[in-house]
Order: sequence, then C-alpha cells, then structure tokens
Amino acid sequence: MMHSRATVPQEILLPVKPAFIVATLIAALLANLLPWSGWWLWLRPDFVALIVLYWCIEEPRTLGFTAAWLLGLLMDVADGSLFGQHALAYSILAYAGIVLHRRVQRFSVTPQMLHVIPLLLLNDIIVLLIRMLTGSDFPGYQYFIGSFIGGALWPVISILLKLPQRPTPDPDHA
Amino acid sequence: MEHQAPPFFKTGPTPLTRLLIFAFVSLALLVTDARFKYLDTLRQIAAVIVYPLQRIASAPASIARRAGDFFVTHSSLRNENARLVQKSLASAALLQQFESVRAENAQLRALLGAREKVAVKSLLAEVLYAARDPFSRKIVVDKGSRQEVTGGQPVIDQFGVIGQVTRVYPWLSEVTLITEKDHLVPVLNVRNGLRAVLAGTGTDGALELRFVPLNADFQNGDRLVTSGIDGVYPPGLPVAEISNVERSAAFLFARITCKPLAGVNANLHVLIVSAERQIPQRPPEEEKPARRKKTRKGG
Repeated sequence: MMHSRATVPQEILLPVKPAFIVATLIAALLANLLPWSGWWLWLRPDFVALIVLYWCIEEPRTLGFTAAWLLGLLMDVADGSLFGQHALAYSILAYAGIVLHRRVQRFSVTPQMLHVIPLLLLNDIIVLLIRMLTGSDFPGYQYFIGSFIGGALWPVISILLKLPQRPTPDPDHA
Repeated sequence: MEHQAPPFFKTGPTPLTRLLIFAFVSLALLVTDARFKYLDTLRQIAAVIVYPLQRIASAPASIARRAGDFFVTHSSLRNENARLVQKSLASAALLQQFESVRAENAQLRALLGAREKVAVKSLLAEVLYAARDPFSRKIVVDKGSRQEVTGGQPVIDQFGVIGQVTRVYPWLSEVTLITEKDHLVPVLNVRNGLRAVLAGTGTDGALELRFVPLNADFQNGDRLVTSGIDGVYPPGLPVAEISNVERSAAFLFARITCKPLAGVNANLHVLIVSAERQIPQRPPEEEKPARRKKTRKGG
C-alpha cells in the first residue's frame, strides 16, 4: 500500500545561500514594520515568525536560536513593547521548528499548514500571556486571526523561498 | 546501566539546552525591563539598527501621500486658500486680543509674584506609523533626541492633546496616546473649574474620569482641558468632552465617559510641545513626626 508521502516527489534542491536567508529575514521585518492599522493590524500575520519557522524547518542547521532571538529583540524595539517578549516567543518557535523539522518535511504542503498554524498560535499565545501578565487586557479573539492567515500564506512562502534553490535545467542535457 | 555512545557529530548543545538558555535570557530581560528600566542603552542600540528598516517600511505610504498632495485640483486649492485666509483673519483678531491679554496677565502675575512662565515651543513631527501592537495605543513620530525631543513632552494636534512622548530614540520617538490603558491626564472642567483625573481605557475614542464623587457637577458636553498641575501638560490644552455620565448609588464614584477632542489616531502630523515651565521645587519630604499617643478623655 502506498503511503501518502511516497506520492510526494522529493525534489533535489541546491544548498541555500546564507545571504538569501538574511535577505528573506530582512524582508519579513520590513513586512512587519509596514504601517498596518485598523483591521489590517488584526489580519496581519507575524511575517518574522513565519519566516523564522520556515527556515528552522527547512534549514535547522543554518538558522538557529541566536537569529530568532535577535530578531525578537528588534521586533520588541520596533513595537515599543517590553524587551524580550518577542525574543522569548521566537526562541520557543525556533525550538519547535528545529525539533519538528524531520516530521514536517515529510508532509506535503497542505498538511504542513496544519503543523504551522498551531505553532504560530503558540507564538501568539506566548506574547499574549506576557502582555496579560504585565497588565494588558485581553484584546479579543480577533487577535488570533493573523496566525491563521500566516498559515494560509505557508504554501506561497514555501514555493517562493524554494525558487532560488531550484537547479537550473542543464542545457547540455535538455 | 545502559551506556550511551558518544555522538558521531559534534553539534553543540541540544536544542532543548539552547531553548532553556535563550528562554532564560529573555525572561531575565523581561523582568529587568519591567522592573528596573536599566535597558535603555540596549534599546537605543537596537533602535538604531531598526531605524532604516522603519523608514523604508513607511516610505511607500508617505510617498503615496506626497504624490496625492501633488495632484490636487486647482479648485480645491482655491477653496482651501479662501478658507485659510478667512480663518487667519478671524484668528488675527483673537491674536491681537491675546497679545494684550498676555501682557496684562504677565503684569498681574508680576504683581502677584507668581512664577508661572509658559514659553511654549513646538516641533512639527510626522507620524510614521500608529500602534502596530494591538495591545497598546502608541504612535511613532519622526523626531527624536537629535531634534531635542525629550521624554514627557506633551503632543498635540490642532484640536487638543493626543498624548505624551514616552520613549526617545535618536531619530524617532514613541508617543503614548491618551487612550492607552491607565494613561492619566489631570484635567479641569472648563464650565466650573472642577479638577479630575482623566484615564485612558485602552479602547479608541473612550476615556474615563476617575474618582469623581457622585454629586460632583459634571454634565454631558462639558469640555475638559489640562489643568497643568502635573507639570507635564501645560495648562489649558483641550483634551476631551464628556459624553456620558452615569450615577448609580451602588458605586462610590460616578462613571463618566469622555470622548477625546483631538483626532487621537487619525493624524499625519502632530506638534510636540515643549512647555518650559518653572515649577516650584517640590518641598523636601518632611520627617514623619513621631506619633503621639492619643490621650483619651473619658470612657
């Protein structure tokens, strides 16, 4: 009996260039820093969390805790929030990504989403807990919409970020 | 006892160990930041790193806005010009009165020996982005310590107070809006001079007056201005209008809801006001007199 994962053809990709990872992380930071407001703010997924998770799953050896943690610090400064809350959330996210990477990589894109959404929710819940412990009110359930949208963006991101690693077809063997 | 073989590849500490290390450092940072406020230098450094990104991220919106400004029609410009001329005439009359009143006021104050000096300087700042954080009501503006902005300065728009500078970075500063939860502004009711404390509720467009006795004379539609007793906000800036007064004998205090007058989160430009006031020195803490035992008379 064929297992579902056997039907997913495994591509052989080129190794990722570290510069590309850095570029995507900067792009994610930029996307987070866009002037979101009103309803868009609720709909906004945490792009940095999404990209950190992606690289932790795809390249657990390259992107690790240090990068996730530093990005968290930068997000804390940009948001003007308490130091360390995003740093903590992203470290835990990176841990989850690194621990689960073998499992998640086995799945095709749609079941991967089912792994990604809970992880992004976990990220949100950590930030929420810290905020509520330091005296904020519960902002309402729309706070979690962003994670689902982030999960919905996962297929797009996994296609886009794999593009540069696709080997160019060799003209001699065409 | 089972012996575990040494690993073939050295990969450093396990993920769990690393997680524990980073989580511990983050928690330490959190506690330090929340309790002791020692981390300003670290925050400044990180702010300088993020600054270019922040500017790039807010560039498309501000370019679009400027392009929109460029393509205005002739008639709308003429209308606006006519309106402004009219307004400037109207305010010129007021200004002349103001000049004489100010001179008179200064003279009277000199007579009284009061040392109230309100030299208001202001700095126009552009709002880079508004609260990206659903928990807090803050905006980030494009003037910082390089432009001599300091923490605690009030920020206003053309209608009234919108908030207060709470964090200053080299080229940016963070303004906490008056709608931020538990942000307090001491105010004065214009109609009768009653003082109260206005607090943010954390939701847009709603403020509440705290600790107002049930019988205090506050009515719907009363305008509240800053009273200036805190030494932060200069006195007389409009803040809010009372929108609902609810008195119930079940509570100690009246529930008074207000609406901010300024477009608290609908501005492109704001003024950072620096009110240089000479506030009399806080009197030194008096030593608590040793409690005298009450002498009871009679049973």
